[in-house]
Amino acid sequence: MLDVLKFEDPKAASKGKGHISVNEVSITFGTGPDAHLAVETTSIEIKAGEFVCILGPSGCGKSTLLNAVAGYVKPTTGEVIVDGVMVEKPGPDRGMVFQQYSLLPWKTVYENVAFGPKMAGASRTSAGSTANTFLELVGLKKFGNRYPAELSGGMQQRVGIARALANYPSVLLMDEPFGALDAQTRLMMQESLLDIWKHFGTTVVFVTHDVDEAVFLADRVLIMSAAPGRIIEDVKIELPRPRTTDLAATSEYIKARQFCLDTIKAESRRAFEDQNA
Amino acid sequence: METALKAEAPQTAAKGRPDAVPRAHKDAVSAPKLPTLTRDQLSSLGIACLSLTIGVLLWHLVTSVNLDFYINFSNVPSPAKVFMAFVAHIQTEIFWTHIGVSMRRILISYSIAVVLGIGIGLIMGRSKFARAFIMPYIEVIRPIPAVAWIPLAILMWPTEESSIIYITFLGALFPIVLNTLHGVEQTPEVLVRAVQSLGASRWAVFRHVVIPAALPSIAAGLAIGMGVSWFSLLAGEIISGQYGIGYFTWDAYSLINYQDIVVGMLVIGLLGTASTAAVRAITRPMLKWQERTR
Repeated sequence: MLDVLKFEDPKAASKGKGHISVNEVSITFGTGPDAHLAVETTSIEIKAGEFVCILGPSGCGKSTLLNAVAGYVKPTTGEVIVDGVMVEKPGPDRGMVFQQYSLLPWKTVYENVAFGPKMAGASRTSAGSTANTFLELVGLKKFGNRYPAELSGGMQQRVGIARALANYPSVLLMDEPFGALDAQTRLMMQESLLDIWKHFGTTVVFVTHDVDEAVFLADRVLIMSAAPGRIIEDVKIELPRPRTTDLAATSEYIKARQFCLDTIKAESRRAFEDQNA
Repeated sequence: METALKAEAPQTAAKGRPDAVPRAHKDAVSAPKLPTLTRDQLSSLGIACLSLTIGVLLWHLVTSVNLDFYINFSNVPSPAKVFMAFVAHIQTEIFWTHIGVSMRRILISYSIAVVLGIGIGLIMGRSKFARAFIMPYIEVIRPIPAVAWIPLAILMWPTEESSIIYITFLGALFPIVLNTLHGVEQTPEVLVRAVQSLGASRWAVFRHVVIPAALPSIAAGLAIGMGVSWFSLLAGEIISGQYGIGYFTWDAYSLINYQDIVVGMLVIGLLGTASTAAVRAITRPMLKWQERTR
């Protein structure tokens, strides 16, 4: 179905782009006695086109780390470099999908998706045709004239993905995007996200606290410790692609999942003992 | 008429999209309920009419028996006398001049208040410095009633007309500023972040996120501001001026023309209500997305 759509060379546009370096980044909020270390000194290398999940308990700082890549949060120490350029502020090269609904409620679905291309200086017609192409990609072209609140949660997130992709970003940052969806919708969304990713080859950094989601989606799962967050394990997931939900029954999947779970369990135990010490 | 239109819209929307989503199903389900809503509105309209009829009857009763029990009604004109006076006045040119002058004053003062009020509110909402700088003035000046401004306004402004407009403008200004500020402060941060990641400049964030997010609150401020501006206008017109519906009312009191006092009061009430309704009607199209959201 995707082949019918006319993208401006989707793969060529992001080819070789989307390399992320997180160099010795630590993030502290507040100053003085109120200072709170959210992310401990962390370094990560993400190759162009890689699908990386950051997995960790809630409040561990994984979203903060993602926000540093997005440019919303300035690292206290260290730096984030995307394709050789230091991240200083948010930009259209790093598309963002949020957990909460973040479509502009006063714009129609179509206007929301056309917004990015328009900001990039595209003409009304070209922004419009880009919007239609991406709405078709997520199967929502018919709903262009609706307002976001008229759509279900899953549909809104699909529009959110279409909106982020409409700028042809080299990196797609996703902050627990399916966290608020019901289990069935989430599975569907995961499969279609992989489909889209295969088509675009964009680097994806996907934050989640769901082990199954991380293992199912990722090339690599970075497991974060409890707060203050740091990467404690870098797990390569060498499951064949394309992946479908049937994968969950295979022994490789179960092994990878078990390894992640064990790591998290050991970490939680350590954190628990630390608190009681 | 309007309610009938409203009742039809969601139904056709649902019909036009048989393939639609859960929300559309909800529309379809709630559509048969809408006639009830119309009946609800009809019944509240009926109750309102009943209430007004009872009020006028009571008014008639207390004036016809010249009730004097702590409150004295012996000098209060009866509804019939007031109605006759009203009918007589609307046939004179001078009465319409009074109304026209008042409406012109409202239009000028209110327009200035809208432009300045929204502007100041937006700036205060986006700049902590501006907010801290301007807020003390608002806190101190806002509680001063319009009547208290009259002496100073006369001294400050070159003409009576300009002092009346100044007083009216002040009344409308504060609700508009404060509601705009409140609206801007409620901008969801996630939406700001979202459009920043789509390449929006500071100005684009302002135009596409901050202002639309504040619009519902601004619209409420505009409606309140219109009510308050009538309030203030009358204070200004009572003391100075030779035209205006406030002057008409005060003049009737000076001439001991009791039915005209009540005519003036009622006309003021009607004009205030009508202009507030007009403000609501003008702002409604900008909030269309909210209606679709509900």
